Amino acid sequence: MAGFSIIEGPAVALPQDNIDTDQLIPARFMSVPRKDGYGPYLLHDLRFDDSGTPRPNMALNRHPDARILVTRRNFGSGSSREAAVYALVDFGIQAVLAPSFGDIFASNAVNNGLLPARLPEEQIEALIARLGEGSAVMTVDLTDGVIRIGNEVIPFDLDPIWRLKLINGWDDIDMTASHGTAIAAFRSERAKSAPYAMLPQET
Amino acid sequence: MTTHPRTLFGKVWDAHEVLRREDGASLLWVDRHLVHEGSHHAFAKLAERGLPVAEPALTIGVVDHYAPTRNRDRINDPDIARMIRTLEENTARHGIRCFGMRDPRQGIVHVMGPEQGLTLPGLLINCGDSHTSTHGAFGALAFGIGATEVAHVLATQTIWQKRPKTMRITVTGQLGPSVTAKDLALSWIAQLGADGARGHAIEYAGPVIEALSMEGRMTLCNLSIEGGARCGMIAPDDVTFAYIQGRPYAPSGTAWDAAVADWRALTTDAGATFDREVTLDGAAIAPTVTWGTSPEEALPITASLPDPANLHGARADQARAAMDYMGLTPGQRIEGTPVDQVFIGSCTNGRIEDLRMAAAVLAGRRAKVPGLVSPGSALVKAQAEQEGLDRIFTEAGLEWVAAGCSMCVGMNGDLVAPGKRCASSTNRNFKGRQGRGARTHLMSPAMVAAAAVTGTLTDVRPLLEGRV
Repeated sequence: MAGFSIIEGPAVALPQDNIDTDQLIPARFMSVPRKDGYGPYLLHDLRFDDSGTPRPNMALNRHPDARILVTRRNFGSGSSREAAVYALVDFGIQAVLAPSFGDIFASNAVNNGLLPARLPEEQIEALIARLGEGSAVMTVDLTDGVIRIGNEVIPFDLDPIWRLKLINGWDDIDMTASHGTAIAAFRSERAKSAPYAMLPQET
Repeated sequence: MTTHPRTLFGKVWDAHEVLRREDGASLLWVDRHLVHEGSHHAFAKLAERGLPVAEPALTIGVVDHYAPTRNRDRINDPDIARMIRTLEENTARHGIRCFGMRDPRQGIVHVMGPEQGLTLPGLLINCGDSHTSTHGAFGALAFGIGATEVAHVLATQTIWQKRPKTMRITVTGQLGPSVTAKDLALSWIAQLGADGARGHAIEYAGPVIEALSMEGRMTLCNLSIEGGARCGMIAPDDVTFAYIQGRPYAPSGTAWDAAVADWRALTTDAGATFDREVTLDGAAIAPTVTWGTSPEEALPITASLPDPANLHGARADQARAAMDYMGLTPGQRIEGTPVDQVFIGSCTNGRIEDLRMAAAVLAGRRAKVPGLVSPGSALVKAQAEQEGLDRIFTEAGLEWVAAGCSMCVGMNGDLVAPGKRCASSTNRNFKGRQGRGARTHLMSPAMVAAAAVTGTLTDVRPLLEGRV
C-alpha cells in the first residue's frame, strides 16, 4: 500500500449519527471476492430503493465523485467486517471526517489507506451546514494534521501511530517480520509460564 | 519489593506484550485465534503472499455465520455453500482444527469456544468478529479484529495494538426478578451511548456481576462492543472455574490446579486506578427493549418513546429517522407495540440458560406470532432437547432449528421481511441488520418469549411470576 500525506477532492456531507457497518455494507453482499470490487454496495440500501433505482437525493448519488465524507458521531460502529472499508475505498472515498468512529472500523480503515479523521462535533456541524446538499473541494494534510476548505484551516485528531502508518504506507506483516526472534523467544517463555495457553497440534 | 497496583486488564495485557515500539504501538502475542467463513479475505491475503499459518494449533475454525439452520444436507444457495466450503478447505489446507458443518460441536464461535474450554482466563483471544468481547467473561483479553489483522495473526500469531484506556462499570445492589444481564447491558449503553466506551477496555465489577452465571457474564461482555468498548472483562472466580473444569480443551489434573492458582491472581489490585469509573444501581434496572436503530436507543419496557420535538440538532434528526424506520410515533408507550415475529438465539443469548428462561415463559402457553429458536451450538441444542425445552418451544408454535448466527445477521438466509417487526434476543437493531427494511427490537430471551405470548412488546415480569 502506497503512503500519502495529502488528500484533495470533493467533500460531501452525510448528516447521520451511527452509520454502522451493516449500513455501509449490508451482509448479503459480503461473500463477494475482493477483486470483484465493493464500490457498488457502499451504503447500498441508502443509495438505492427497493427496486434498485438510485435515490436522487442521497449525497453519494448527487456527488459520485466524492472523495471525502463529513458525517456524524460513531461512524463505522458495529461489526468488524473490513468489507465496510473496502466499499468506501472502492467507491473512491479517501477520508472520513467525524466526531468519533467505531474502534475496529478505524483500525481497518488505516490498514486500507482510508483516513478516519476526528473533529469536534461543533466543527463537524459547521462543515455539514457549509456543505449542505452540495460539495466543496477540501484538502486534508496529514503532515500538518489539518483540513483546508476555502480560507479555513481546521485541525483534526488522529492517533500518531496511525498518522505515521498512513504517511509511510507501512504494512504490518512486513513490519512484524523483523521481530521474528523476539516473537519466538516470547512464545517459548509463554509455553513455560502459561502451559494452558498452548494446544496440541490437530492430528 | 512493591509492585505498582494493576488492573485485571493491565495484568493480561502485560503478560502478552512481546515488545513496544517507540511510537507506543505494542506487539501482542495471541493465544487463541478463532476463524469463521468471513475469514476468507484473510486467507486470500495469506495466499497472495504465499505465507503459511504460523500457529495452526492455536487457530480454530468454526462454521457459524452462514450455517443453514434447516436442510443442512443439501444447501441450495451456491454462495452459502461456497462460503462454508472455503472455510473447511482453508482450515484443512493449513492443518487448523475446524468445527465444521457436520461436527457435533459446531456452533456460534462465541458459544463453542467457551463450551469446549478453548476460552480460558488470562488468554488473549482474537477473532474476525466484533462480539469476540464475549470471551472476556472468563477474564480473557478478547477483542474483534478486521480481515487485514486476521491475516496478520494467521501469519505471525501476534497483533499490533495501541493500549486502550480503562473503564470500570460497577453494578451495586441486585437485579430485580426477571431482570437479566441483557437488560443491564442495554441499560448502560442507553445511559452512556453506543460510543460511550469508545477506546476503552471495560472491567465489570460489583455484587451484581459476581452473582451472574457464566452465561449472564458472557451476554454482558458480548454487548460491550455495542457501547463502543474495545473489550469487556470480568475477573475469574469460583463460578468461572466451575464452568471451565472438565471441558475438553481445559487443563486437567495437576495442570488444572496450577492454572487455577495462576488465574486467582487475575483480579484488579487494591489501589489500581481506571481512566473512568461508572457506578450503576442494579435494582434500578427494568426489563429493557430497544425502540430505534442503535443499541443506545433503549428504554425500560414501562417507558414511552422520546419526542424529537424536545431534542436538538443531530439528536432530534437521529430520533426522527429511527422512528420513521421503525414505524413508531413520538411519545408513544413502547409496551403494547404489536410484533410480527420473534427470534431467540445468537452469540448474545443463545445459551442453555437463555433457552431455559424463554421456555419458563412459554411453558403451557401459545405464541400469538411465528418465531424461530436457534440454539447457540449443537451441544446447547442437544442439552435443551434432553431437558425437553424443544417441546415447549414447538408446542407453543415456534420453530426449533439448528445452531448458527441465523437471524441475528441473516447471512444464512434466515431473514425478517421488509417492514416486519421482530422481537429479538440478538445484539444489533441496525437498519437492515435482520434483512432489508426489517424492524428489530432487542431484548432478553425472556422478554422475547413474552412478546411471543402476547403478540406485543410486553413486560415479562407478571408472566414469569411464580415460574422461576
